[in-house]
Amino acid sequence: MDFTLTKEQQMLQQMVRDFTQKEIEPIASALDKEGRFPEEIIRKLGEIGVMGMTVPKEYGGAGADTVSYTIAIEEIARACASTAVVVSVNNSLACFPLLAFGTEEQKQRFLVPLAKGEKLGAFGLTEPSAGSDAAMQQTTAIKKGEEYFINGVKHFITNASRADIYIIFAMEDKTKGTRGISAFIIEKGDPGFSFGTIEDKLGIRPSITGELIFENCHVPADRILGENGKGFKIAMMTLDAGRIGVASQALGIAQASLDRSVKFAKEREQFGKPIAILGMIQEAIATMATDVEAARMLVRYAAWCKDVKQSYTAPAAMAKLFASETAMRVSTKAIQIHGGYGYMKDYPVERYFRDAKVTEIYEGTSEIQRLVIALNAIR
Amino acid sequence: MNIVVCIKQVPDTTDVKIDPKTGTLVREGVPSIINPDDTHAIEEGLRLKEKFGGRVVVLSMGPPQAMDALMVCKAMGVDLCYLISDRAFAGADTLATSYTLAKAVQATGPWDVVICGRQAIDGDTAQIGPQVAEALGVPQVTYCTEISVEGRKVIAKRALEDGYELIRTELPALFTVIKDINKPRYPSVMGIISVCRSCDIQTWTAKDIAASPKMIGLNGSPTQVSRTFAPEPKGVGQVLKGEPEAVVKELVKKLRDKNVVRVR
Repeated sequence: MDFTLTKEQQMLQQMVRDFTQKEIEPIASALDKEGRFPEEIIRKLGEIGVMGMTVPKEYGGAGADTVSYTIAIEEIARACASTAVVVSVNNSLACFPLLAFGTEEQKQRFLVPLAKGEKLGAFGLTEPSAGSDAAMQQTTAIKKGEEYFINGVKHFITNASRADIYIIFAMEDKTKGTRGISAFIIEKGDPGFSFGTIEDKLGIRPSITGELIFENCHVPADRILGENGKGFKIAMMTLDAGRIGVASQALGIAQASLDRSVKFAKEREQFGKPIAILGMIQEAIATMATDVEAARMLVRYAAWCKDVKQSYTAPAAMAKLFASETAMRVSTKAIQIHGGYGYMKDYPVERYFRDAKVTEIYEGTSEIQRLVIALNAIR
Repeated sequence: MNIVVCIKQVPDTTDVKIDPKTGTLVREGVPSIINPDDTHAIEEGLRLKEKFGGRVVVLSMGPPQAMDALMVCKAMGVDLCYLISDRAFAGADTLATSYTLAKAVQATGPWDVVICGRQAIDGDTAQIGPQVAEALGVPQVTYCTEISVEGRKVIAKRALEDGYELIRTELPALFTVIKDINKPRYPSVMGIISVCRSCDIQTWTAKDIAASPKMIGLNGSPTQVSRTFAPEPKGVGQVLKGEPEAVVKELVKKLRDKNVVRVR
């Protein structure tokens, strides 16, 4: 078993690390304070191929493997979890379903600009009545002639009004339960498609999270993604892949929290010595370091499973569950190690703590991850 | 336009420590990077190509590990890279190095522009660019913050400590650049994957570039390094006390005696 990164993975890691340190780190705090979307950063990431990293070259992507993708997301998240989620949603929740389920024409028309970073994607599954109970889709899609008419509301959607291409799920036939749900490709500007509230969030504040409103939104019939009635399956498979992205984001937050804690512990002196020599600080750091390393192993393993085309549903759920809970524990402890300074916005650890929380919630709550893992073990 | 860029792989000296016993750099475990000024040289080369067409060739004289630096260049979008590597090059000072690089430049075929970074962060001599230009027998403009080409004519802007100079010259010519000239692009994901999956960077030996054995490596190096050491800490310093006029006179005298300031 070879745990070393390949040359390609090492070079990618170095490049993304350089980019992050020069372009993202210096403005991450300001982006959070102002709740400002990282427009320039996303544009530059698009230019260097990060927005469609794992999409094959023939569809405008870079053709990188999933392990490389997790490395890139982790590096970005170390500086800014918000930028990381924008990249992750574009790659995992927009590019992936188009690649896996799109027709050739849909790939050329929608996947290529997303992969090249020319357009931004979003994933619209969650509704006010359908969170963990994703099957409870109230948004409807009715076919009339050669068009679909979509009515309903999606909320808590990452990239919301900023995105250009949306993967939307709607109920075509309620009598069929989950098999009545279909997936559609909606574009900004489609008639009857508008935006509602933009949320004011605890964390990942630069990321735009908001409502999508469909009022007799009508699109041509060729906008259906995959087959009728296969929407729920498409959503679940997409979320499986997306979990690897979120796990990487959480890992980046955890690593950044650990790095800052070690740095602070070496510099901060109390009782005449750096606090790094104190037993309780060392115990905390040992636990944090071990958890971060374990999270990294789970993330890499899930990514590897996907790359070698092994089933990755349970590994991805485990990675997301463990990495997100690690991010929460490690960032909480990081504030504690920083003492009073950790509570102040001058230091980034309070931002890591606020950003970490959502990783336990979106793309499947920790409870849902546990359900997925348990059912996988029991069946 | 045929553009040749010379780069060096260096230890990332922001990370480097001095071994207290030997007084020399501890290189082990220190990451290697493309010399920062050289990244601006590569970028300038790529921009000239984007404007005028042609190709960008990057050369680096170094040990086999310098291949990593060239792979990054390839991932940035340069057309060709050559590693100039041979045991016979070991121990080269800047004169032997610049002779070797000049021979390598000539080996790439007809060329119009050579671009180098101003200086390397490990040696800090800034001698390579000027010496390569002399070896090639072409005009040189150093410390460039702008290179404007029209046909065969060039106007280059040089940054000096107290201002700027505009220098007019003609191709073929060599330029050394400083960081103000541009913002280097990042290697793209596609570029990295391409260079890793089909790496075609050749290594040239002394024979390949028709280098004379007397002019390369230790043989070709007039400079001999007898000792490397970290300077002694300067100590507490001296406080000059008294009336401002008298103190200033005393201070100026001390500065003159130490050659820090010169009398005009």
